[in-house]
Amino acid sequence: MTLLSELDRVTPPPARRGRRPGAVTGGAGLGLGVGVLWLTLLVLLPIAAIVSTAFDDGIAGFWDAITDPEARSAITFTIGAAALVTVVNAVMGTLIAWVLVRDSFPGKRVVEVIIDIPFALPTIVAGLVLITLYGPSGPFGINLVGTRAGVVLALLFVTLPFVVRSVQPVLIDADREVEQAAASLGASGFTTFRRVILPTVLPAVVSGAGLSFARALGEFGSVILISANLIGKTQVSSSYILKMIESAEPVAAASVATLLLGLAVVVLVLLDVVQRRTARRD
Amino acid sequence: MTDTLTRQTTTAPAAPPRRRRRTTRTAWVLRLIALAYILALVALPVASVVQHTFADGLGPVLDVLRSPDFLAALRLTLEVAGIAVLLNTIFGVGMALLLTRYRFPGRRLMSAVIDLPVSISPVVVGVALILVYGTYGWFGPALERAGFQIIFAVPGMVLATVLVSLPLVLREVVPTLEEAGLEQEQAAQSLGANAWQRFRRITLPTIRWALAYGVALSLARSLGEFGAVRVVSGSVAGTSQTLTLYVNDSYQEFGPDAQRQAFAAAFVLMAIAVSLIVVIAALRPDQEKS
Repeated sequence: MTLLSELDRVTPPPARRGRRPGAVTGGAGLGLGVGVLWLTLLVLLPIAAIVSTAFDDGIAGFWDAITDPEARSAITFTIGAAALVTVVNAVMGTLIAWVLVRDSFPGKRVVEVIIDIPFALPTIVAGLVLITLYGPSGPFGINLVGTRAGVVLALLFVTLPFVVRSVQPVLIDADREVEQAAASLGASGFTTFRRVILPTVLPAVVSGAGLSFARALGEFGSVILISANLIGKTQVSSSYILKMIESAEPVAAASVATLLLGLAVVVLVLLDVVQRRTARRD
Repeated sequence: MTDTLTRQTTTAPAAPPRRRRRTTRTAWVLRLIALAYILALVALPVASVVQHTFADGLGPVLDVLRSPDFLAALRLTLEVAGIAVLLNTIFGVGMALLLTRYRFPGRRLMSAVIDLPVSISPVVVGVALILVYGTYGWFGPALERAGFQIIFAVPGMVLATVLVSLPLVLREVVPTLEEAGLEQEQAAQSLGANAWQRFRRITLPTIRWALAYGVALSLARSLGEFGAVRVVSGSVAGTSQTLTLYVNDSYQEFGPDAQRQAFAAAFVLMAIAVSLIVVIAALRPDQEKS
């Protein structure tokens, strides 16, 4: 409340024409100060602490920590699984978005709600949900507990909405006349898809896929039960980091955390670049 | 000449139905693949967990829901999520106003920093908090001497929950504020309305649906957070165990009773999550209409 009433004194005076945002003065400065302090205590300092702890024993210490055999296998498995999940999502997400936008069938609204379940469901519940069907007492006799396929399945579950939800609005806005024109000029369904639809939706596919890659890299809750956390096989980076911090190995934990953090930042920056390019083209 | 013309007109209408039929077949295949994928990945597993929860009827589930550990976990979850959502709503609205109405150096960087915590591993979020506020962290010892315990206590769990849902309110409110512009507020100000009146009469009604949507999203995320809370909580039954931790810890214990506890608590979380997305889905069209 203080923050808002402080805004009072600094809202651009009525004499200002137009709706251009103004410079920060007085009370808004105080609000901004509180915001910056909160972000510093909550985000910046903790992240600085992770990076600084990773290099407590110098660059050699960081390097040793991430090349430790257990860490290395957790990291490579996590990146590999995230990459696989990203590719599957790019294809299946686009397909599902297409069906939801262009097709109509009874129960479509239910499917729309089901798509959002993975985002709304707590990750640990997601894991439990998958184990019930694809675990030791599942009805299909498929037991994926302790397998890498199980981990990939959990990652696919939690990342399902990313591509669907980013491609859907683009498809809704897409000009169908161009597709009809392509078809009337004799283009096959596949050619129309490749030459007309794909270029339109590609930026949205890339941004959805990028977000699902970032999410899969750091996923923990949904994976923990189905992976059974087998070292060198199904252990993901997040589980390794937790294990290290709990066994009082902060440098090992912080090093792998720094690596994950760095990868996430790279993905976010790349996505920002893609988004800006698309915005400029429009 | 007339002959070819008529022939053309007779063949032309024949072509589209054939093409339409072909796309229909493709559409059928695509629909089938999409539905099968969603069914196998989400719908069937969710249905089977419901069935599994009530396999022995309602009685055992109610027993779990009445047990002291479950109730303590539920209370703690509501407390942590409630505080976190409140903090994120105040921060989200305040910061959204600052980001849309003022220009200051580092504005874009600030926006990126707000987005960062949801894009990284929740375990990394938890570890980061430990390294600053934990016993061996940067501020931990000083805080402990002053009598504050953050890590392995409720404040740490709240901080972890705030972090994993940090931008959700803000990201919903910002586009609405940008679209609305400043003219109405300036008009109100010139008519003598003070900041609180302007906020309550103009800003709040403008962002109402976006805010409700953001709050619902944050609540869903906060109630369900596991990884970050797992790292900073210590998870002691009855005192520092949230519902998600209760699900995990019960499942990791063996035996039918523990399993039943895990499934009953998971069902409660799932019911909350599904009702929240129904609310969110209902809010979305309203938001587009206004």
